[in-house]
Amino acid sequence: MRRVYFDNNASTPVLPEVFDAMRPYFGERFGNASSIHHHGQDTRAAVERAREAVAELVKCRSSEIVFTSGGTEGDNLAIFGLARSGDRVISSTIEHHAVLNACKHLETMGCEVTYIPVDGHGQVDPDDVRRALRKNTRLITIMMANNETGVLQPVEEIGKIAVEADVYFHTDGVQAAGKVPLDVSRIGCDLLSISGHKMHAPQGVGALYVRKGTLLQPMLYGGRHERSRRAGTENVPGIVALGKAAELAIETFRRGDDHTMASSRDRIQQTILDKVEATGLNGEGAPRVPNTTNIYFDYIEGEALVIALDLKGLAVSTGAACSSGAIEPSHVLTAMGLRPDRARASIRFSLGKQNTPEEIDFALDLVPQTVSRLRELSPVYNKTTVSN
Amino acid sequence: MPLSKAIAVAMSGGVDSSTVAAMLRAEGHQVIGLTMQLWNQRRLAGRTGMPETVQGRCCSLDDVYDARRVAETLGIPYYVVNQEDRFERDVVRPFVEEYLSGRTPIPCSLCNNHLKFDQLLIVAQQIGADALATGHYARVEFDQHGGRWLLKRPADRSKDQTYFLFGLTQEQLSRTLFPLGEMTKPEVRDLARRHGLALAEKPDSQEICFVPGGDYKNFLDAYLAEQGDALPDTAGELVTTDGNVIGEHGGIHHFTVGQRKGLGVATGSPLYVIQIKGDARQVVVGSQEELYSTTMRVRKINLISVGVLGEPMRVHVKIRHRHEPASAQLEASGNDELTITFDRPQRAVTPGQAAVFYDGDVVVGGGWIA
Repeated sequence: MRRVYFDNNASTPVLPEVFDAMRPYFGERFGNASSIHHHGQDTRAAVERAREAVAELVKCRSSEIVFTSGGTEGDNLAIFGLARSGDRVISSTIEHHAVLNACKHLETMGCEVTYIPVDGHGQVDPDDVRRALRKNTRLITIMMANNETGVLQPVEEIGKIAVEADVYFHTDGVQAAGKVPLDVSRIGCDLLSISGHKMHAPQGVGALYVRKGTLLQPMLYGGRHERSRRAGTENVPGIVALGKAAELAIETFRRGDDHTMASSRDRIQQTILDKVEATGLNGEGAPRVPNTTNIYFDYIEGEALVIALDLKGLAVSTGAACSSGAIEPSHVLTAMGLRPDRARASIRFSLGKQNTPEEIDFALDLVPQTVSRLRELSPVYNKTTVSN
Repeated sequence: MPLSKAIAVAMSGGVDSSTVAAMLRAEGHQVIGLTMQLWNQRRLAGRTGMPETVQGRCCSLDDVYDARRVAETLGIPYYVVNQEDRFERDVVRPFVEEYLSGRTPIPCSLCNNHLKFDQLLIVAQQIGADALATGHYARVEFDQHGGRWLLKRPADRSKDQTYFLFGLTQEQLSRTLFPLGEMTKPEVRDLARRHGLALAEKPDSQEICFVPGGDYKNFLDAYLAEQGDALPDTAGELVTTDGNVIGEHGGIHHFTVGQRKGLGVATGSPLYVIQIKGDARQVVVGSQEELYSTTMRVRKINLISVGVLGEPMRVHVKIRHRHEPASAQLEASGNDELTITFDRPQRAVTPGQAAVFYDGDVVVGGGWIA
């Protein structure tokens, strides 16, 4: 069966160039980057080259990059590395669980956390952040781009507020990296986390930008890896891959591929909104990353639509998977004020660099007919159409 | 080999439904595994009277894991469908309310009526399946003469689950498959082994899935506390059948008809709960003989083998899961209500339980004991 993958905000395939770059480090180039001999020097050089590439992606010094196991670790290291009992922390209601549940845990450690709400477009109002500041506020952690809607947050304005108030600012950049150009100075953040597998590197690697002079309490103790900010032998193949993926991302911005991707995304959403009645865009009117669109299809369960599409070969997503694999209504969409049934009826399409125009055609053919079949069998839809 | 169809299998992670998936796959059907996520076991964990750790069987991660492993072994697509909201609304709340009004509910029937053969069947159709198969021990067949779908008792009488399935409509039955209907449990386990299913020896589940350890009283307390409601005070009097007050009780939901232990009064002869009067909060007790009754009313009727009930009808009636159907006459006695007259008095007719009517192996229909 033909399989088309439009769930790149969940994970992306490792690009062939990336795989080629990392492959030698599984085999012949296996040395421990801390060893003094040839083998160690070889992998040390590879790690540092990758660090430079990632630093270039976010426009910082390479010494400010700490490699991690992924987005969750970066978010946790930033948050638990800075917040102490008695501190106040400002976050938002639409953060990824890696931030949200870390903040929930801070509350049990004697921190107070303010969760800034979002408007109907899914954006935080910077004035709300300003108003939430208190004397003992230590950290603001607000994401750059939301994973479900793709909506970009006003991080530069929040960065200014943080500088004025002399408060640390961490931003979860996992869904922004590789999709929009990043510049930590323009953002004005002290910490920014990224994840490899959201940008065509493999799962299990990520990076945290830590502004020079930011004293982080480490979470892992051991050797003096990563300038004592993150102990543990480096994941060299993963780090090399992340470096390569960063290089490729920078090239795509030079070529303007992000604009091409935005056109593809716009074609998907416009065609669906035109062809299928009782649909709408979540996050309409807000700036978004170029690969993501989130559409509600009234009178259906998003869960059933995702399953039906998967059985026909199209991978998309809805809500958040709980530990059993069942879908829970999205906290992001409900935070934007969507009715629970509309939140459950929402589907995310997220593109990757590997997707082709033919794949988009396939999806645009499949989605409307599948939605019709679901609605034919939907008790709610039939009741509504009969009464009309 | 039957014609190849797309069939959704309701997979619980147990031996029966796993074997169903394996059988249908071996027959060449396109099989899709579905598991319903019905109840979050962690919700009430650690509340007063509830275990700290998750112990219940329902929707445990272990069962989902088992079902997923079976699906992988068979090479079929598998999905978990979230039905927690519906389950709470249509099964858990009614379960709590029934106990608080002095009745003894059967959540499994409600789950079959409102979740498994309603919501899950709709999802199955929506994702392109022609039918939904489950691991129930029952048979379904189309009766050419009467032009109706019939629900029948299975070959293995000791595993008969038709009592919990009386609510199925003609539409639901027409899309339902019970592939285990002709098999015995040992045969099913044997088949599971032959299909290489690791869980062939997994023990059967018995208790109400969302009530850990079967302790429904603690569940009621914990659930109501979580909802911000105190357990309503349903304490009252213990009275004899002729109206004498002989003591007090701590709440009607602690009792069920036929119960002998825990009455808190000592008399010369054994006492049983004969009746629970919800409005008056009275628990009526009496002798073993007084526990027997000849007639009962049954409400919210679903008829299966017949479309309407005209003349009074001779049937066998089952009034609880482990009850041997007793011969009786059935007659319409009001709107959506029947009166049943047993040939011989039956012990402990219990409001809230289902009454299911049989004509031989055929389920005529059923309803709820008033």
